[in-house]
Amino acid sequence: MGRKLLTEHINVEGIDTLDVYRKHGGYRSVEKALKTMTPEEVVEEVKKSGLRGRGGAGFPTGLKWSFLAKPEGVPRHLVCNADESEPGTFKDRQLMAKLPHLLIEGMITGSYALGANTSYIYIRGELLYVLRILEKAIAEAYAAGLLGKNILGSGYDLDLYVHPGGGAYICGEETALLESLEGKRGNPRNKPPFPAVQGLWARPTVVNNVESIAAVPVIVNEGGDEYAKIGVGKSTGTKLISACGHLNNPGIYEIELGLPVEEFIYSDEYCGGIWKGRELKAVVAGGSSVPILPKELILKTAAGANRLMTYESLSDGGFVTGTMLGSGGFIAMDETTCIVRNTWNFSRFYHHESCGQCSPCREGTGWMEKVLHRLEHGHGRMEDIDLLVSVAKQIEGNTICPLGEAAAWPVAAAVRHFRDEFEWHVTHAKAAAQPGAVYPGTLVTV
Amino acid sequence: MESTAVKPQFSEAAQAEIARICKQYPDDRRKSAMLPVLHIAQAEFGGWVSPEVQDLVADVLGVKPIEVYEVSSFYTMFNLKPVGRHVLEICRTGPCMLRGSDELTAQLERITGAKVGGPASEDGLFTLKEVECLAACGFAPIVQVREQYYEQLDTPAAVDAMLAELRNQVHRPALPWEENGLPNAVARN
Amino acid sequence: MAKITFDGIEIEVPDGTTILNAARLIGGPIVPPAMCYYTPLKGSGGKCRACLVKVAAGSTKDPRPMPKLVASCITTVQDGMVVENTINDSVLDVRKGIVEMLLINHPLDCPVCDQAGECDLQNFAFEHGVSTTRYQEERRTFEKIDIGPLIQLHMTRCILCYRCVYTADQIAKGDRVHGVLGRGDAAEIGTYIENIIDNDFSGNVIDVCPVGALTDKTWRFKSRVWFTKPVNAHRDCPKCAGNVVLWYKGNEVLRTTARKDQYGEVKEWICNECRFEKKETSDWTIEGPAHIDRSSVISANHYELPVLNQSVIDDLPASTQRELEQNPPLKLGN
Repeated sequence: MGRKLLTEHINVEGIDTLDVYRKHGGYRSVEKALKTMTPEEVVEEVKKSGLRGRGGAGFPTGLKWSFLAKPEGVPRHLVCNADESEPGTFKDRQLMAKLPHLLIEGMITGSYALGANTSYIYIRGELLYVLRILEKAIAEAYAAGLLGKNILGSGYDLDLYVHPGGGAYICGEETALLESLEGKRGNPRNKPPFPAVQGLWARPTVVNNVESIAAVPVIVNEGGDEYAKIGVGKSTGTKLISACGHLNNPGIYEIELGLPVEEFIYSDEYCGGIWKGRELKAVVAGGSSVPILPKELILKTAAGANRLMTYESLSDGGFVTGTMLGSGGFIAMDETTCIVRNTWNFSRFYHHESCGQCSPCREGTGWMEKVLHRLEHGHGRMEDIDLLVSVAKQIEGNTICPLGEAAAWPVAAAVRHFRDEFEWHVTHAKAAAQPGAVYPGTLVTV
Repeated sequence: MESTAVKPQFSEAAQAEIARICKQYPDDRRKSAMLPVLHIAQAEFGGWVSPEVQDLVADVLGVKPIEVYEVSSFYTMFNLKPVGRHVLEICRTGPCMLRGSDELTAQLERITGAKVGGPASEDGLFTLKEVECLAACGFAPIVQVREQYYEQLDTPAAVDAMLAELRNQVHRPALPWEENGLPNAVARN
Repeated sequence: MAKITFDGIEIEVPDGTTILNAARLIGGPIVPPAMCYYTPLKGSGGKCRACLVKVAAGSTKDPRPMPKLVASCITTVQDGMVVENTINDSVLDVRKGIVEMLLINHPLDCPVCDQAGECDLQNFAFEHGVSTTRYQEERRTFEKIDIGPLIQLHMTRCILCYRCVYTADQIAKGDRVHGVLGRGDAAEIGTYIENIIDNDFSGNVIDVCPVGALTDKTWRFKSRVWFTKPVNAHRDCPKCAGNVVLWYKGNEVLRTTARKDQYGEVKEWICNECRFEKKETSDWTIEGPAHIDRSSVISANHYELPVLNQSVIDDLPASTQRELEQNPPLKLGN
């Protein structure tokens, strides 16, 4: 059983109230940071912790904080990215709904470190009920002097607001999020300038995922070095994994980075194996945009080592035989899953969510979806399979924001590892198009 | 229902809430309140935002109407056509599909008589809308109705219980700034 | 100042110059194409990806190559930067892909499109694309909308460059009634509710449109552009500078546009009165033929006196050269 740094008290009755939260050690980091540390010291602890952005990209949080421009007289902002929308990922929603004060505590400590006096939590619009929970908790924090003017007598002021989105996956991209927060369409911005220089309302801004900010209190309380002791190598600390799909126990698990994937899937402490006594076929380990891996490659690397839940181990082998930890959206698929149908589904998602601003993504995502739709519905041609790979390649790397890659990778990876199944959809088009049709062939491993 | 010639107005409670929200942004950045105000407008005027309601939002925020249209048509949560009393937003994305969202959609179409993407059911109670990932994949399949998530709808009993609850809901639940919930389907123009 | 190397050519440009504008200072065939960037419009660029180039070395300070191709229209130069465009095969390959993407949903209705002959997409596809497509799906269509008596909107031809939106915001201030609605490949230019795009400077959206999505309704189907002769003219206009190009067929002015530079960028915005209402030669002071060098079909029309190459003249018999000097019917070029 690993340590639970964020979710230890998640099931305590009333933990969503300030009183209960404080009884369990809540807001200690605010006291410690504001009263005994300089902002630079807080940033230093986060740097030492090795915390990497939990939203998917895995960029070191402390480094991101240190890039923040600090021009004289210009307000700065910390914005929490709570636009959790990556298929397979549902950790932030639960964390905020059950432990609203943990995020608020992280926002206060983080804002202090960055010298921000107005901060925002941008939450996806579908989670209006969580927005209500957060606003209630924020009101409690104001009443207790943890927000507002002169917090705990430290002289530090902070206002914290929650801002809802309106239904757009793309707003999880940090510059699209800022556009959305400014009341506009969620079109990602050209970069540079980066948000650290010109973010919200052209002011220096840091955008961090919910889970990253929620890790700040424990880092401040225990020290960055202590935090860094958990995990393996450059994958430090704990990570929330959203497990879903064909598992016996889907749900959210806080794991110490370094847990073997096999243990995570099959141990009763975690997912409890594949449902209905079936075999595992494939896993999408880090949210829908990361490459899918067949069973053999998700349990062991191509070199035969046990695959671990770390940034490095999951990406071992690059995109030929590896994948990414991403946002920790762990989607398991059993032996009856149709990979072509699943790829079409993901492709439809990215087509639906493309903002339409730049041409490779706007046109390419729709093209891939249409071709996959034909393949899945019995109208595919053999040349369609290479066409998919080619279109994916034309999108990848050539777009304004990473949605292009997010759309291209799952298609390219599905063809890479399951080409036989795609070909079967052409050679046995009629059979494959039947609802619930299962590819009868053996799995391709590499 | 078609919008009437009468210019829509926000209720006093909603106006107060909008004033509170606008204070969250710098005075010269009132446009930032666009999405929260659109959400209030949709809750206030029968679950959708007509052109007249969007013009009202433009007025409240001091922006050009086209700036509101550009936004409302970008984000999928805003219904640009009249809807039934309850809009059932069924998640169709991968993880939900793996746990039976296609079957759930078919079942809901069969029971309510409404079609996904089509007009409301004949009794005016239900509009069916397919949406992308709602971030509740571990509890799939799921349906969202306004601010409520209905999870693990993988049995007929769970689906029936949801529909029974909604059929009995004449008023939508009150929002934090309201004393009572509003009638669901009637636009208060 | 920053010294950069573009396709092997060195040039020194002011700090803050974009790679694209540095290339334009060099000029010629090495200049990357641009379908959405428009120098006079703030915020434009970065969207079409036609101008992607390879930065082989970032700067003298940090000579590492940039990992991805960059949009040259929005990336500023750094001292010591090395850029590859026409000499880099991967850039040309990606550009082919961009052409393909921009065309998969384009109706290819050039034979009935008023923009044909002066269409950036046509030129882009001709210069950088391949002659076949691998796209076999249905093409996207839109419901037709009417935006008034002066401007014709053909949404199926639009490549969503956003230029017309920036123009309405920045040139016709405060009067914008159109914008980009919807999203993804369903995004469209529209007014949402029926509305007329009408203000003193609204006609400029026609000139900035790189394709035939926004055309002049008063010139619709009147002539192919290459059968008309562009002539520079001016008038005293109370609203704008009054410097225009009149497009003649015979003695009739079929159309009026702003003057553009060799990259198709408007030099001075013109008002709707000049554009739509002054169609008589007597309304104008005629300056002479307008030189068009990017749109070859128009140049091929010999509306201008032909330009002869000096080296050709040098090779002519002495008697012919004497004849030319005494009686010069030709404009001498390089």
